[in-house]
Amino acid sequence: MPKVNLSLPAVRIREIRINSITGYQGDAEELVSASPRGLKDKNRSFSQCLGCSTSKAACMTVLIQDGAVISHGPVGCAACLHEFAFTYRVNSPLRGVEKPAPRRIFSTNLQEKDTVYGGAVKLAAAIREVRERTGANAIFVLTTCAAGIIGDDVESVCEEAEEELGVPIVPIFCEGFRSKVWTTGFDAAYHGIARKLIKPPRERRADVINVINFWGSDVFKDWFAPFGAKPNYITPYSTTESLAYSSEAAATVQACSTLGSYLGAVLEQDFGVPELPSAPPYGIAQTDRWFRALGKLLGKEEAAEKVIAEKKEKFIPRIEELRGKLEGKTAYVTAGAAHGHALLDLCGELGLNAVGAAIFHHDPVYDSGREENDQLAQRVRDYGSVPNFNVCNKQEFELVNALNKIRPDVLLARHGGMTLWGAKLGIPSLLIGDEHHGMGYEGIINYGERLLDAIENDEFVKNLREHSVNPYTDWWLEQEPHYFLQGGAGIQAVQGGAGK
Amino acid sequence: MSKASGIIEQERYTCAIGALQSVVAIPRAVPILHSGPGCGEMIQGFFERSTGYAGGNTSPCTNFSEKEVVFGGAGKLRQIIENTYKVLKTDLQVVLTGCTSGIVGDDVESVVSEFRDEGKPIVSVETAGFKATNFEAHSLVVNAIIDQYVSLFEEENAPRSEKNTVNLLASLPYQDPFWKGNLFEYKRLLAGLGLRANVLFGPESGGVAQWRKIPAANFNVLASPWHGKPVADRLKAKYGQPYTWFPHIPIGANQTEAFLKQVAAFALENGAEIDEAAARGFIKHSSDAYYEEIDNLATFLLEFRYGLPNHAHILHDAGYVAALSKFLLHEAGIVPKEQFVTDGTPERFQENIRRNIAETSEKREIPVFFEPDAGKAQEFLRGVSHAGRGLIIGSGWDKELAREKGCDFLSAAAPTPYRLVMTTNYAGFSGGLRVIEDIYHNVLATYK
Repeated sequence: MPKVNLSLPAVRIREIRINSITGYQGDAEELVSASPRGLKDKNRSFSQCLGCSTSKAACMTVLIQDGAVISHGPVGCAACLHEFAFTYRVNSPLRGVEKPAPRRIFSTNLQEKDTVYGGAVKLAAAIREVRERTGANAIFVLTTCAAGIIGDDVESVCEEAEEELGVPIVPIFCEGFRSKVWTTGFDAAYHGIARKLIKPPRERRADVINVINFWGSDVFKDWFAPFGAKPNYITPYSTTESLAYSSEAAATVQACSTLGSYLGAVLEQDFGVPELPSAPPYGIAQTDRWFRALGKLLGKEEAAEKVIAEKKEKFIPRIEELRGKLEGKTAYVTAGAAHGHALLDLCGELGLNAVGAAIFHHDPVYDSGREENDQLAQRVRDYGSVPNFNVCNKQEFELVNALNKIRPDVLLARHGGMTLWGAKLGIPSLLIGDEHHGMGYEGIINYGERLLDAIENDEFVKNLREHSVNPYTDWWLEQEPHYFLQGGAGIQAVQGGAGK
Repeated sequence: MSKASGIIEQERYTCAIGALQSVVAIPRAVPILHSGPGCGEMIQGFFERSTGYAGGNTSPCTNFSEKEVVFGGAGKLRQIIENTYKVLKTDLQVVLTGCTSGIVGDDVESVVSEFRDEGKPIVSVETAGFKATNFEAHSLVVNAIIDQYVSLFEEENAPRSEKNTVNLLASLPYQDPFWKGNLFEYKRLLAGLGLRANVLFGPESGGVAQWRKIPAANFNVLASPWHGKPVADRLKAKYGQPYTWFPHIPIGANQTEAFLKQVAAFALENGAEIDEAAARGFIKHSSDAYYEEIDNLATFLLEFRYGLPNHAHILHDAGYVAALSKFLLHEAGIVPKEQFVTDGTPERFQENIRRNIAETSEKREIPVFFEPDAGKAQEFLRGVSHAGRGLIIGSGWDKELAREKGCDFLSAAAPTPYRLVMTTNYAGFSGGLRVIEDIYHNVLATYK
């Protein structure tokens, strides 16, 4: 079955589409070598609250400049979205948005009677009211568990409204219970956007390169300039117009392959925009490869070599200095899949010994199907394997268990809530929000300096360790982290290969 | 304001499962979510910095998948509860259900009762998101704990056996950003009258040991416009405890004095042993100290030559709208204009709240709108203009509106990414002074 099928309203979830898993304990090399054969997921007999697809879909739609978002469900399913309104406002200077407009976020506020009689009529009225109140150029409708289970025909309601109102009404099917891999919510948003907003290309533009990312700083403007191109950021701070013609770009690059896997493949397979056949540029060797791949794709190999040479001359001395200071320190990484691999790259490049990782899921192969995009494989090739490699969908109890045993010199995290557990154990902990901060040669320096800073300034975590409360039992901390992982440590391969 | 489709823009509260924060607020209690994935994370994200002992990503959760939606999730729940005891140290477990469980109809109580029968301190409560708001569900959670846990200890805590002890039913944990400080202040104020307050949440609570003593209290103090009333009613029915109801949060001297006098009179009627002279002395001393500050401040309020706010709009829950309106007018000289109650107050309570706010002044009318769709409230405010410099008191959502309208802004409601509150209180004499400090701190910060 093709991975991309825009004729269907809902995206196929990651577990089925690309065989992603959420449970594994072993080492990175074993996971990489088993991935092409397909992996079997494992359940847990104890679990803590996961993330939800609907908020991931929200974060890819709320920040579109001229859109409005309706969460079709009870109020709780849109409760945390004010955080994206804050993000949009405070990060707008990074993207040159001078007057960030307030975000328009609505809930259909489903009540008990709606679960009996259905919420479709309410949704239809909501869409019309939102259009009238906001004048948005597109309205995104996010589904929730309640709307999904009662079986509201969201697709039809949106189609009818779209005909009547004359602007795209984009249904996004992102009910939490559908997938244990909450990044399915990104895929769901992109699927909706691809179906309703992206238009067939009128031309092919050599001067535009799509960058699928979050809301990080605008590093790509300078990076693409030598290639005569500029970035088209997708989707935060985009407009319905800029999204519509993302189909005309010369290429698509990923800031995080976990995030953009699906949209990169859609743009390539349905709109003819090639995805850069390279994992994102983290670490020296991979940054070399990335610029070369970009040069090759754009037919500007010489420009790539020039950029590489110039940047290396400028940045390598400082990287070596930092390596001298960080060499031999131990690090533990926790993050969503590809960004976690990126942080492991940075550790490798800076001479830190990555002694373990808790990575929220694992995609054996991205939607492009290309091996060159496999960032964990690249990490293992460039810097060696990572022991204590734990795939766990933000199961904090496993992280605490592992950290308590391993006691690294530093914890690198990407997602909120995780650094607390390093700090409670007195481990210097670092979270950097800007996903572009560690990219390229200069990114290695950025991270190196922040790591040194975190390790050096440990007084706060050392004090916290003496006074913090730990809700976990001694018994639990003495068990192996995979105690509740059914099937235990190691690989459980699928018979007969991937994608089954 | 008209209700068209019933949508809500810019949520100021969350759904029923948001009451998991009332569990988080009990020392060493653990919420166990029988819900879809992400409910705990959503709630944590709404309130921010709200994980506490075991909320957010720490909460055990069945994380409903397609399988549980189709076949039911009771088995999975049993497994998660069993293993919770292995992994987490906990004095009380409260199982809260989400929409998924609510719609598929899992019999959660029968699973939970298996553990309760083994002697575990475990409670279940239905909190499907579509059933109630977190304001309402707070009472469902508290009553469930009373019925399923507290009631097991009635023998050693005979109803109304402690004459001078009261159960305090006031600020909602986390939904009231100042809940910790407020509860502490209520406790301190009640102690000033000679009463011992059972505080059920936060560091002033003795955890489950304190909860067990609920029946022993002589009477209850409800300081709230409407939420929490079902708890007072339940305790009245169950243990015969009468309650005295103060209809908002007492902010500043006028209201705090009224609150304390009301409670003291009620305590005496109910046989509490109160040294009346000492209680009066406490109130007078507190009030004198308060007015020493206001006296000092008056010159600034009356003479500051560069501009201070003269009127205010508040977007908050009913208790704060009423209290701040009264306080601002009488104790800070700021005139309350159009006010918005954004907490989804049920209709049956609205008339009382209107009357309470109307009693603020004999001279003026304060327009009050009950509007959970705060986006609509903002739309209205965009079209309103009054002479002079305005002040908006609301949630983080209102910061942009204040900027648009050129108003001063005080972030004092959930949710807000623009302010960090730890143990600050707005209740009481000291709370009033703090409100003044906060308002004029922000105002003076505009002078550069």
